[in-house]
This record gives sequence, structure tokens and C-alpha cells, in this order.
Amino acid sequence: MTVHADIGIALGAFELQVELSVHPGEVLAILGPNGAGKSTVLRALAGLLPIDRGRISIDAAVLDDPAGRVFIPPELRPIGVVFQDYLLFAHLTALENVAFGLRSRGMPRAEAREVAHAWLDRVGLSDHASHRPRALSGGQAQRVALARALATDPRLLLLDEPLAALDAGTRTGVRRDLRRHLDSFDGMRVLVTHDPVDAYALADRIAILDSGRVAQVGTISEVTAHPRSRYVAELVGTNLVLGVVSGGVMTTSDGVHVVIADAQSGQSFAVIRPQAIALSRHPSPDSSVRNVWPGVVGDIDRLGDRVRVGFEGPIRLVAEVTAAALQSLDLRPGDAVHASVKATDIEAYLA
Amino acid sequence: MTKAAPPQSRRGGGTDRLPVPALSIAVIAIAFFSLPFLGLLWRAPWSKAWDVLTEESVRTALRLSIECSLWATLLALFFGVPLAWLLARVDFPGRSLVRALCTLSMVLPPVVGGVALFFSFGRRGLFGQYLDRWFDFRLPFTTRGVVVAQTFVAMPFLVLTVEAALRQLDRRYEDAARTLGGSRWYVFRRVTLPTVRPALIAGAVLAWARALGEFGATITFAGNFPGTTQTMPLATYLALESNPDEALILSLVLIAVSFAVLVGLRDRWLGGTGAAATR
Repeated sequence: MTVHADIGIALGAFELQVELSVHPGEVLAILGPNGAGKSTVLRALAGLLPIDRGRISIDAAVLDDPAGRVFIPPELRPIGVVFQDYLLFAHLTALENVAFGLRSRGMPRAEAREVAHAWLDRVGLSDHASHRPRALSGGQAQRVALARALATDPRLLLLDEPLAALDAGTRTGVRRDLRRHLDSFDGMRVLVTHDPVDAYALADRIAILDSGRVAQVGTISEVTAHPRSRYVAELVGTNLVLGVVSGGVMTTSDGVHVVIADAQSGQSFAVIRPQAIALSRHPSPDSSVRNVWPGVVGDIDRLGDRVRVGFEGPIRLVAEVTAAALQSLDLRPGDAVHASVKATDIEAYLA
Repeated sequence: MTKAAPPQSRRGGGTDRLPVPALSIAVIAIAFFSLPFLGLLWRAPWSKAWDVLTEESVRTALRLSIECSLWATLLALFFGVPLAWLLARVDFPGRSLVRALCTLSMVLPPVVGGVALFFSFGRRGLFGQYLDRWFDFRLPFTTRGVVVAQTFVAMPFLVLTVEAALRQLDRRYEDAARTLGGSRWYVFRRVTLPTVRPALIAGAVLAWARALGEFGATITFAGNFPGTTQTMPLATYLALESNPDEALILSLVLIAVSFAVLVGLRDRWLGGTGAAATR
């Protein structure tokens, strides 16, 4: 079972051109900011938006192929969708919501209710069968939506921002539950999210979308270790430098030298992890650190006990230090500072 | 309860209290609506009420009124809901013209509507002559004609109410139903209609009330024949000439029926979609 999707859609000035495949049993996350076209991809897969160019297929079954005049409407696709905000039908109980897909496929009422009950049981909500959506918490509504989407036994499950509607306090627990329920479904799963944390927690592979194009696809460790564009690096929270390597030194287009430990030559990327960057008010002359750049402090963002500090120098970087370190350095935006990185902490790979 | 009440009522009173000029104008408006009924109640010949109500002609007119207005409501629902859906959802050229045309009878003097019906569906009318000649089917001066006249003036109320609700509906719910395997028709029946149910009921009540009170189009198109086309408003108007006491009693009956329905349904159905959905 494999999904192949080559999706070309023009929506006014916005153009989407995305090629994706989903492999059997995997969770693919489509990651990108608002407006990147993530939901459009999902709607095209579900059949809610016909594509203008390209082709969508599951195994041998073609779902959408404008050139071949094939378009399978959403109700006939073997696809389940968990929508953002869950979209449970307010006039039906939780049980009737889960039974909806079975009833619309012509299953007799009693049998549909029985199957729906089993699904509610599976997501741990059999006590809430007769509740209306209004009486459910965000996490419970999400599980009902998941049971509703899975009850029709789809081959592909699509989830649109499944955690965005929840407040921060409940997200972690719901995310863990969702991971467990997603694992128990053996079909293909595609998850759309703007939050890298959700993508890391729930997906096997990620496809990063940037203004209607796939910027990079790979397993999570591949993408975080070797981002191939500044955009992807920023999204996964690391620093990326592009330059030409020769003799263990990378030279950027601005003429900045970065000493690296890797030996390959040619046009390369170098990843500098924010945690590998040290900040100091004065450079230490007798240090073994090969890369030291003078600059000024940019934006400061607190993330719990860690602080992300922008560095504006010959190259722009983001450093991550502990809150205590920041306090003892007493850094404020605009202060002069030195950033230093050991050559062995920089990973370079060919572009 | 009494302990908790003071801070709440103080807070509520601070935000909800109208400025004095607006409040006094609103009170005048309430008086404007209630004084005519007071006048009616004061003048009503209560001693004769029973005699009037048990009169055969009055009971016939009341029965006819209720039957015809209910039929008109059913027809308005049957034709009006698809029409509202078309106007709300399908973007076709001339849509606003069609909407204006289909709701024209709401703003026209009903007599004009009756005249228009007469010249198209009357026995010599543009279409009526063929109905008569080919099918031996006559509308004017029949009970069917009463229903047609009432539907003609009442349906726009339902169409506009339901159309507004369909426009406000979050269409993503219909998308969700489609992905669950529902055909367009199944989704319309199982998701769209239940979601706009408060508007359906509100629109049907408005249309029914309009049909019940219909006078001008009915008397122009269907005439005034006791037992077949004489509804309560017609009977009331004619009684005013010959027997004012009877007219008063008939008016009170119409008021009582309408008022009971409005009060009974208002809180549950006319309070907006939100109130109805929490039911």
C-alpha cells in the first residue's frame, strides 16, 4: 500500500506544486507555517479540492488525474480525515458521530451502533457514548473524531493540525495518547502541522512545505541533522551556513571564514547547533576554539530554563544558553558579544 | 440564592441598563403594540362570546384558516428549502434578480399579488386557461386557490430565513460528512438540514403566521365563499360591516391563536441558532 501524490493546484496567485509519497504503515508529517499550502494538500488528498495538474493514487487505484479525466469524489475514497477543530456534528451524540460514516455507507443502524461502540471503547470513551460534542473536552473530542474517521476502515488517515485546538496544558497528554492511537492503526497516516514538536512526536518522516513547494523530505533525524535550506534549518531550530569548503575552511559568499573539521571540498552546508555556540563578553586569547566572531546581541527568547539569543555578526546565528549563564553575562539586546564554536562541533556536508 | 444574587445583579444592571431616552422610547413602542389589544379586549362583548364561537360559520372559517395555512406552510417548506439552498449556494448569473423576484410578494400589497395570480392562474389567465381546458383544474374561487394565495405571500419569509442560515453554516461540516462517505444528498439530509433546523422552524412559523393572517391576495384570487374560501380574516372583515361584535370575537380568536404559537415557540426556536443548539 503506497500513496503517490503529484499535486498541482493554482488558487488565485498561490501556486501549489507538491510531490509526496506515503509508504505502508508510516506516519508522514507535512510541516510548514500557515499559508504554506499544507491544508490544501490535505484537501486535495481527501478529494475536497480537485487538482489542476498531476495525479493522486493509492496503490493501483487512481483517485484524481485531470489529464485522464478521473476524479473520485471524497465519499468514495478510502480516506479518513480528522479535521482541525474536529468538526463533530453538534446535533448527534458521540456514538452517532462515530456511526455516521457506517450509516452513510448503508450499514444497518443496530450494526453501525455496535461497531461505533467498539470504536469508542477503543479510544476509551465508551462512558461518553450518549454525550453531545458540546459536553466533551478538547482531548475527548479529538478521540471521537479519530474514532469517527477510523470506523470506516480507511487505508489512509489524514489529520489536520490535530493538536492546534488544544490549550498548552493538555497538549502533552493528548499528544501522547494520539501517538498511541496512531500506532494502533496500521494504515498510512498523513499529519499536517505547523509545530515541529508535534511532527517529531508523531511522525516517522517529515515533508517540509514552503510557499507551495516541498523544501525537504526525510526522516526526522535526517532533516534535523542535515537541513538543506535556511528555511528548514530555522524550522527545526538550528543554524545553517552555506559556503565553499577548501582545506578545512568554509568561505561564505560574504567572505566569512568558518573552520570545520570535515575534509570534503566544494559547495557545502554547515550546521551549527545553537547549543554548540558559546557567548562571551571578551574573546579568550589562549583558547583552542577555532571560530570566534565579534558581534552584538539580537533578540532574546526564553524557553523555560533555556534562552535563545540572536547573534548579529559576520554571520547571523542563534545560540542557546541556560538562563543562569545569560544572567551572569548580563547580556541585553545591542550589547557587544563574541560567539565561538569549536570546529569539531560543526557538521559540514555537500550541498 | 439570595446571598449570591446582589453582586451579580449589580454587575448585570450596570452593563445592560439602557440610557434613559432609549428606554423611554422603547416603552412607547411596547405601548404602541399593546394598546390596540387592550382596546379590543375592553370592547369585546364577552357575554356573546360563546354564541359566536359555536356558530357554524365561525367554526368553518376557523377550520378553513388553520387547514389552509398549514398546507401553505408545508408547500412553502417543500419548495422554499431547495430555493433557499439554490440562492445561498449556487452562484449563477442573475441570482440577485431571482432572489428579488422570489421575495417580491413579501413587499407587494397582497392585493397586487392576488391580481397577478388572477391574471396568470385565473380561468382566463395566461396559464390558468390551459389548466382549465386540459386538466379541468381550477384555482380561483376554490380552497386550493386560498392555499396558493397564502403560499405566494408566505414563502418568502421562509426562504429568506433559511437562506441566511445556510449562508452562515460552516461548510467544513459538510466536507467532514463527505469524507465519511456521505453522498451530497445524504449530507444535505443528515448534516445540512439538522444544522439549520432552528432557522427552518423559525421560517416555517413566520410563513405560517403570514398565511394565517393573509387577506388581500386571498380575497382577490379566491374570493369570499363561506365554507370554501372564507378564512378568518375575511370573515372578520365582513362581520365588521354587519355584526361588529362578531368581528371583535373573531379578531380575539386570531390574536389568541397567533400569540399562543409565538410565545410557545419563541424561547425555544426563535432565540437564534445558539439557544436552539444548546437544547
